[in-house]
Amino acid sequence: MRGVSIIGVGQTPVGEHWDRSLRHLAYEAVSAALQDAGIEGAHAMYVGNMLSGEISNQSHLGALIADFCGLRGIEAVKIEAACGSGAAAVRMGYLAVASGVHDLVICVGVEKMTDDVGGKLTAALAQAADAEYELAHGITFVGLNALLMRRYMYEYGVRHEDFAEFSINAHANAVGNSYAMFRRPITLEDFKHADMICDPINLLDSSPMADGAAAVVLCPTEQAHAFKGKPVRIVGSALTTDCLSIHDRRDPLWLQAAEDSARRAYVQAGVTPQDIDLFELHDAFTIMSALSLEACGFAERGKGWQLAVEGQIRPDGRIPICTMGGLKARGHPVGATGVYQIVEAVLQLRGEAGACQIPNARLAMTQNIGGSGATIITHILEAEE
Amino acid sequence: MGIPGTWRLRNQRLALIGEVCHTCGKKIFPPRDVCPDCAREAQHVFRFSGRGEIYSFTTVFNPPAGFEEYAPYTVALVKLEEGPIVTAQLTDVEPDQVAIGQPVEMVTRKLQDESHAGVISYGYKFRPRMQAT
Repeated sequence: MRGVSIIGVGQTPVGEHWDRSLRHLAYEAVSAALQDAGIEGAHAMYVGNMLSGEISNQSHLGALIADFCGLRGIEAVKIEAACGSGAAAVRMGYLAVASGVHDLVICVGVEKMTDDVGGKLTAALAQAADAEYELAHGITFVGLNALLMRRYMYEYGVRHEDFAEFSINAHANAVGNSYAMFRRPITLEDFKHADMICDPINLLDSSPMADGAAAVVLCPTEQAHAFKGKPVRIVGSALTTDCLSIHDRRDPLWLQAAEDSARRAYVQAGVTPQDIDLFELHDAFTIMSALSLEACGFAERGKGWQLAVEGQIRPDGRIPICTMGGLKARGHPVGATGVYQIVEAVLQLRGEAGACQIPNARLAMTQNIGGSGATIITHILEAEE
Repeated sequence: MGIPGTWRLRNQRLALIGEVCHTCGKKIFPPRDVCPDCAREAQHVFRFSGRGEIYSFTTVFNPPAGFEEYAPYTVALVKLEEGPIVTAQLTDVEPDQVAIGQPVEMVTRKLQDESHAGVISYGYKFRPRMQAT
């Protein structure tokens, strides 16, 4: 196995891009990443995307995006793992480079959500869950998370407002990120009075639907200094799975796949949770932030919310999360999100995160979740000395 | 879901028929042919009692396509007496009368009316358990 480094990153602003289609968004991110790396092409492309078939009537994104980016002929394929599609594409790129098959790989996550609104988009997102035994009963993706959140509050005696700091932190951090969708702070009062979506989940517990694309360029670590950018090493990479349905989990309140993939990544990197300087976790809903912190070893079971209440997740806390806004405030273009997380971690490790910069960040972890915990991809990135 | 898919699920939707693992004794619903605990084949039919209690619940106000006419409705995770949890709608109860731990029982109700050319599908929902007085 060869070491793998990231030598270029690119992203589009996250938002409602009425003027740009799926392929244009992908091109913008790919082109920025190639330019960042100082190269004109690559040997392979992995495209992370969830909803193109449902929302854009478009499958077969590998060939489409590669050709549209001027790379006709290279190996290119779409990778799908619901909201985990983006980091799953990076994982495939990692395997391709580490194995020695390819030397230059582009991983791009792209999602175009706002071409449809309402019930069709809600139904498309819900396909991350079990069609026969969950969706047939009218549950939505928000609803599945609401079932988890209510049980969590019941079992651990937690109030709804105890989750507020997850969203307040995300919004505060997004102010400094020019690519973020919601660059405005929110208050505890805003959180408490937000519209209910699916009780107990309200609008400010939830990440927004959005369009966006993000890309990274990978190459073998031993070649990384031949390129113009400041390389960042991928020192841990793991993808693990759990059952699709919440009702099939051994413990619905435990993200087993998060624990498994984080542990593998820690072992590969030779680090522990205490060594991590920042954690871009999958805060699709506030409840997922609490469950992720617990499963990844940053908090005890049932106590993830306390890290938020104590301010430990803020930029100056023990484990800063969502340092550039997270899914909540940067926005959650589902199949692109996992790549955004990695792009942001790279910017932090290069010291290029601007107003969002975590001082002296050396080791960053990203974790992207497909569904409500069925596919979980963890990456640990390290700055070059 | 089309006609063949609805037909394939008739035993589960209408009678809560799952499986039991003859190796480790685990009761399985939905059926999955391989025991999730011991990974042995588990294709022995087991009919669940339909009795359970509410593990968690939520009310859906923004329904997915195909469920608009029913909103708002309450969906629960129901922990069956025999062990498994199922995802299902609650019926014959107001959302503010639902609580975690409440005893419920299975009833057969219309799940979805696909109108025009589609299938009208029926299946399990759960209601507060009736008690003889």
